[in-house]
Amino acid sequence: MTGTKIEEKLFQNRYLVDAGRPHIKVRAHDKPSEELRALVDICPAGCYTETDKGTVEIVADGCMECGTCRIVTQETGEIEWNYPRGGYGVLFKFG
Amino acid sequence: MSLEVFDAIVVGAGPAGNAAAYTLAKSGLKVLQLERGEYSGSKNVQGAILYADALEKLMPDFREDAPLERHIVEQRMWMMDDNSHTGMHYRSDSFNEEKPNRYTIIRSQFDRWFNRRVREAGAVVLCETTVTELLKDTNGRVIGVKTDRHGDSILADVVILAEGVNGLVGQRAGLRQELKPAHVALAVKEMHFLPEEVIAARFNLKGDEGVVIEAMGTITKGMVGTAFLYTNRESISIGIGCMVQDLAENRVSSSALLEEFKAHPSIRSLLEGSEVREYAAHLIPEGGYKAVPQLYGEGWLVVGDAAHFVNAVHREGSNLAMTSGRIAAETVVWLKRRREAFSAENLAEYQKRLEASFVIKDLKKYRGIPALLHRNKHFLDLYPRIASRAAQIWLRVDGVDKRSKEGEIVRDLRAARGWRGLLGDAFKVARAWR
Repeated sequence: MTGTKIEEKLFQNRYLVDAGRPHIKVRAHDKPSEELRALVDICPAGCYTETDKGTVEIVADGCMECGTCRIVTQETGEIEWNYPRGGYGVLFKFG
Repeated sequence: MSLEVFDAIVVGAGPAGNAAAYTLAKSGLKVLQLERGEYSGSKNVQGAILYADALEKLMPDFREDAPLERHIVEQRMWMMDDNSHTGMHYRSDSFNEEKPNRYTIIRSQFDRWFNRRVREAGAVVLCETTVTELLKDTNGRVIGVKTDRHGDSILADVVILAEGVNGLVGQRAGLRQELKPAHVALAVKEMHFLPEEVIAARFNLKGDEGVVIEAMGTITKGMVGTAFLYTNRESISIGIGCMVQDLAENRVSSSALLEEFKAHPSIRSLLEGSEVREYAAHLIPEGGYKAVPQLYGEGWLVVGDAAHFVNAVHREGSNLAMTSGRIAAETVVWLKRRREAFSAENLAEYQKRLEASFVIKDLKKYRGIPALLHRNKHFLDLYPRIASRAAQIWLRVDGVDKRSKEGEIVRDLRAARGWRGLLGDAFKVARAWR
């Protein structure tokens, strides 16, 4: 069995994306902390990517609202994390 | 709505919030429950096992219409290495009883049902509404909440926070600290669908019987964590969780861990031919007793995951959630009937009652376990390997005499950890377990 990619896994999920109002933001930075860089590997939805410039950015559309990134970067303050507006975000069919 | 004053506001509609709101409404209090999801359950994730006792104490007749999957007749506890598992199984026909003790459930369906019962009991439930902050008076007493619905303010005599593991409302109001990466696990889970009869045949089940597999070992790559596989009626819930600190330090993707777990020779055949219909992730507060925050204050109480009520050793959480929700609500009802204020001093009764229940007793019993595992990662890696090797030596019939085989097993143990190490580990476990 070859591993399924995260994007393919997320394809099964239901979301109501709040277009133009991402609930997680990465603050502007030149060099990411170790914690922020770890999110590229450990975010279970693969929301974080490293850019060519070595910074870290997020596309939160596939976010499952677990909160891992919030916990990991709490000391560095590099991300701003809120719940999506009521009704938006992931809608678990089974949970 | 901003003019209406409620007896109580419950923030969140998971097991803790639903238990609290149900208890309050049943007792005739004017309750408002706020949920950010489309409906109760749409944001909630669990394995999931329902422990009947906690729910029975709220509604003895729940079995009549609750969406239950299978009642559990068999528990498999596996220690896994890269291509094998050893372990303990317990199966008993006595679990086929009139009122079974544990069930598998699908949370989005179960929570929705539970919340319908809450509404039938008389609570006002407002979904698709995220609570953004607590309202306090000039003395710092909590007097209500603010939501993202037109920035509405809603007042209540007391607020019960059942906001889950990411308890932003309470944290931002300074009621408790942020979770530490060493105190919280990230679990990922998939729902695999298979025909009912295929599940029955693969797991040796008839009717509504179900099986639970809890697994640990090299599957978490030396990190603290466990994996699970639960049989639902026509699906299998499978997942794996590790402490966030371990994942961050080792830069390991839980999703990749789950892929490897699914591909393990002991698991692969159980899932064969299944159709995956959902992938979910969720945090579990596993810091134990020492991570439990302040549980009450002026005009507020906290219950469930937000209060860190998870017994990681026994994989229990939803029952602690329901029980704490019920006890918090009973405390509120008790004070209301006595016409007493919801002051911190009076709400201390909640903690007193919790301490007399299994919730705090169990958390206290295992208070040393999270730190023990954190400092002794070899427990979850080395010992499963040793057990597997010992079983191999013992079970293979290869012309070697049994005394020599015993000698090899003993030498293996000694080489792996040394007598001093083995004794030390046994002592540490005994001390943390007592």
